[in-house]
Amino acid sequence: MFEIFGVPSQALFGQLLLGLINGSFYALLSLGLAVIFGMLNIINFTHGAQYMMGAFAAFLLLRHAGIGYWLALLIVPVIVGATGVVIERLFLKRIQKLDHLYGLILTFGLALIIEGLFRNYYGSSGQPYGVPESLQGGRNLGFMFLPNYRAWVIAFSLLVCLCTWFAIERTRLGSYLRAATENPALVRAFGINVPRMVTLTYGFGVGLAGLAGVMAAPIYNVSPQMGSDIIIVVFAVVVIGGMGSIMGAIVTGFTLGIVEGLTKVFFPEASNTVIFVIMIIVLLVRPAGLFGRSA
Amino acid sequence: MATLAAAAPVRRETQWSLAVAGAALVIFLVAAPFALYPVFIMKALCFALFACAFNLLIGYVGLVSFGHALYFGWAGYLAAHAAKVWGLPPELAVLAGTATGMALGLIAGMVAIRRQGIYFAMITLALAQMMYLVALRVKMTGGEDGIQGVPRGRLFGTFDLSNEMTMYAFVVVAVLAAFFLIYRIINSPFGEVLKAIRENEQRAVSLGYKTDDYKLVAFVLSATLAGLAGSLKALVFQLASLTDVHWTMSGEVVLMTLVGGLGTIFGPIVGAFLIVAMENYLALFGQWVLVIQGAVFVICVLAFRRGIVGELAARLRVRL
Repeated sequence: MFEIFGVPSQALFGQLLLGLINGSFYALLSLGLAVIFGMLNIINFTHGAQYMMGAFAAFLLLRHAGIGYWLALLIVPVIVGATGVVIERLFLKRIQKLDHLYGLILTFGLALIIEGLFRNYYGSSGQPYGVPESLQGGRNLGFMFLPNYRAWVIAFSLLVCLCTWFAIERTRLGSYLRAATENPALVRAFGINVPRMVTLTYGFGVGLAGLAGVMAAPIYNVSPQMGSDIIIVVFAVVVIGGMGSIMGAIVTGFTLGIVEGLTKVFFPEASNTVIFVIMIIVLLVRPAGLFGRSA
Repeated sequence: MATLAAAAPVRRETQWSLAVAGAALVIFLVAAPFALYPVFIMKALCFALFACAFNLLIGYVGLVSFGHALYFGWAGYLAAHAAKVWGLPPELAVLAGTATGMALGLIAGMVAIRRQGIYFAMITLALAQMMYLVALRVKMTGGEDGIQGVPRGRLFGTFDLSNEMTMYAFVVVAVLAAFFLIYRIINSPFGEVLKAIRENEQRAVSLGYKTDDYKLVAFVLSATLAGLAGSLKALVFQLASLTDVHWTMSGEVVLMTLVGGLGTIFGPIVGAFLIVAMENYLALFGQWVLVIQGAVFVICVLAFRRGIVGELAARLRVRL
């Protein structure tokens, strides 16, 4: 046991770890928002609700079908992504040509509907979801205790983020996607089905939110308002990073999680407002965001 | 931006429609307390002013603030605090609250107008959330309890506001004055520039207007009026609480304005009365309120973008 800046190492690294965990979720969610924004030009306000749906889907699969964590990790993103596809086809498609404020309002309305429905059936209190057996326990690293599940969340979300980055920036499919973001009409002229790509992109982004929800279930309680709690912070993260770059969203998400964790150690009163304060500073100094292209 | 408020083609001589609607509103407000609960009308009026203040931004400048609860709620806190702890008379308490809305609007506006469009909405939402978290922590706001038992006091030392009808008269006069002010702002040369920014900001810039200054002034005006609404509400209910600073309140004002009609003069008023009434009736249904609100949002965006008053104005080919 030793001290750093007068803080016991256990507390410092413990909070850093928590920060990294939060950062994993910020990164996954802001990544999804950025991908969706790039293609559909809307801010998906429903993202928080879809993250919550992911957590609930995992919880319900376990309770009613006996399907455990690992299978849920595979199935849930597909389920949530499929609901996203339906939402895109039913609603978002119709407002494509309108001012983007309508997209924001529409997805906000959808978020209210989803959260309201879950509250009706499951109340406002949280439901517990256990850590999968294979990841229970933890190891002592000497300077801190590292629970296995938390280590897994950080590693896996980093992997998912990097795979997404690779898929978009380095593969042929990703190049279609980037091209369609720049100029959908031209890409269509080359015979690529852009509307289907838009739908699938939305489904993918939403699936990422669902995946984040499954990963979050054993850490936070599964509750209907877990989505609205996190989405506003993620918006601030997105403003700080700027939505122009995929890597930017990932780096900003993790970094801000760490900053938040450190604030909890040194200045606990400010820990849940620090991200907003950083947002203000970034806007004053570099309005386009850290990784954003200036407008 | 041109697709925003789909205004109807209007002939110049149709201004009479505004006078008629205004007169109808005044007559309604005079007659209403004999048929409806004064508290209900006062609540609806406070929200109507709040929605009109919000509409000034979304309908006439094309700026979507998703955090207007910040000015509404914090103004309520300050007004309640001024009346209860500092013992100020109601007119000064309301002034203190309104000034709070103005100050917060100035600070938030300076930060938020640095980005446009979708970012603007996210920034205003994030700023409001930050101040919600502050309200949750600070001693002054009373946390979860809020500030309760706020004395209404005597207006100008003479009118006893604990009398329901006196309070009603005060709220009606204050809100109508604010409506008139908004009307004058919209129809002033300043308002014309705002509309130009809404239609095409680049062109407004190229014509030599410093659009950022105009946007900031509009933002501060809107926050100030939202502050007035929040202060009045705190006095009416003798309560300032977390609900008024929460993001759901920011969403509710969007809903009211959208239902009534973006960019119409009377739309937000109609929307506010409708939503307040709806919530009164739906209170029995508990959590379904959230679902219904969400559904109204979705329906409005998909099929009813002009809102009630906007649709009416388009049918009659008049301004409302």
